[in-house]
Amino acid sequence: MVNLENESINVPTEVAEHLRAISDPEIPVLSIMDMGIVRDVSVDGQAVFVKITPTYSGCPAMDTIASEIKFALAKAGYLVEVELILSPAWTTDWITENGRQKLEEYGIAPPVEESADKLALMGQSKIVKCPQCHSTNTRMISQFGSTACKALFQCNDCLEPFDYFKCLK
Amino acid sequence: MNDQLYQYLLLLGDNPLILGHRLSELCGHGPSLETDIALTNISLDLFGQVRHYFQYAAKLNGENQTEDDVAFLRYEHQYKNTLLVEQPNTDFAYVIGRQFLFDAYHLPLLEQLMASKDKQISAIAHKSIKEVKYHHRFSSEWVKRLGDGTEASHQKMQTAIEDLWPFVAELFEETPLEQAMKEEGIGADLSQVKEKYDADVQNIFELAQLQRPDHQYTQSGGKKGVHSEQLGYILADLQYMQRAYPNMTW
Ligand SMILES: [Zn+2]
Repeated sequence: MVNLENESINVPTEVAEHLRAISDPEIPVLSIMDMGIVRDVSVDGQAVFVKITPTYSGCPAMDTIASEIKFALAKAGYLVEVELILSPAWTTDWITENGRQKLEEYGIAPPVEESADKLALMGQSKIVKCPQCHSTNTRMISQFGSTACKALFQCNDCLEPFDYFKCLK
Repeated sequence: MNDQLYQYLLLLGDNPLILGHRLSELCGHGPSLETDIALTNISLDLFGQVRHYFQYAAKLNGENQTEDDVAFLRYEHQYKNTLLVEQPNTDFAYVIGRQFLFDAYHLPLLEQLMASKDKQISAIAHKSIKEVKYHHRFSSEWVKRLGDGTEASHQKMQTAIEDLWPFVAELFEETPLEQAMKEEGIGADLSQVKEKYDADVQNIFELAQLQRPDHQYTQSGGKKGVHSEQLGYILADLQYMQRAYPNMTW
């Protein structure tokens, strides 16, 4: 069994392996396991029942993710059913520690605390760290970015613009 | 099928559907790249929320109905969105004014729906409110920036609010459907939504140096299917593909 950090969701090891190979197409470095999208997995013989939850309501990747889960597990010989659940609603707290590290290496600043982007909007933030040079001397350019889950920031030291994964609680 | 619940889901979904469509018209036409991206992101959130309501409605209806049937195959008088959200993108101050006047309603509405006895409506509200907080932050910041900005931006923001104000009262006019849903513990209590709305609007208008319009003239009808001429144009656009190529899919 694999215990996802931050959350006590147990995923049978043989299934986890396959799920870890699937990523959110908009953030290819992050597996759906690290993202906290997989909420429940139960295995009964050859039958697997997977529950997933969307990050944002309008996330266009959910349909793709559901069919990729079906495809990957069917290929491994399972009979798969995927259900989309809304409750409890996804929060950025469910992104694993491993996922946060991968985000930063990829150039996306991981979510910090809820007030970070609000403070940034008021020009008071020194919280969000530049994924390039690690300076916290950064500013928000736009609270909406390239996808629903991101805001656009710029580093005042190295001047690189970067994506920040918005905190959702 | 529980027809009242079905109708209530349409009522909840039609506002974000039509507002989401209005905002999608701005894709590639926003006054700056950042606002363009913000407005279309808000549009996407709203469409996502609509999908949850309409998927649920279609499931209740049975008969192989899909979310797309609910969204695309109704006639004008069967849409229950309020007149406010169908108003056109006259200029940026109107876009922001319309958004704020809706967000200030949407937020306390969802707070109420989170406590709904209907588990699916409650789950949708819990999910949506996290997104709507961002919408409200965006629109209220812009109301303040424009209202408390230059003489020209102040004038435009005040004019937009004056022109949109007659449509605000409809948000809180309780239809028999809403009353029934409220009494069953499923729907929102609009009088409580209005209390929060008034306080929020007053606070933001003060910070934005805007005058709350004092004219009493109001216009309503959308919730009952009586729309302004604007909705016809929206539907012509929204429904074109399904009308021209029935049952088409991607
Ligand atoms: Zn930097």
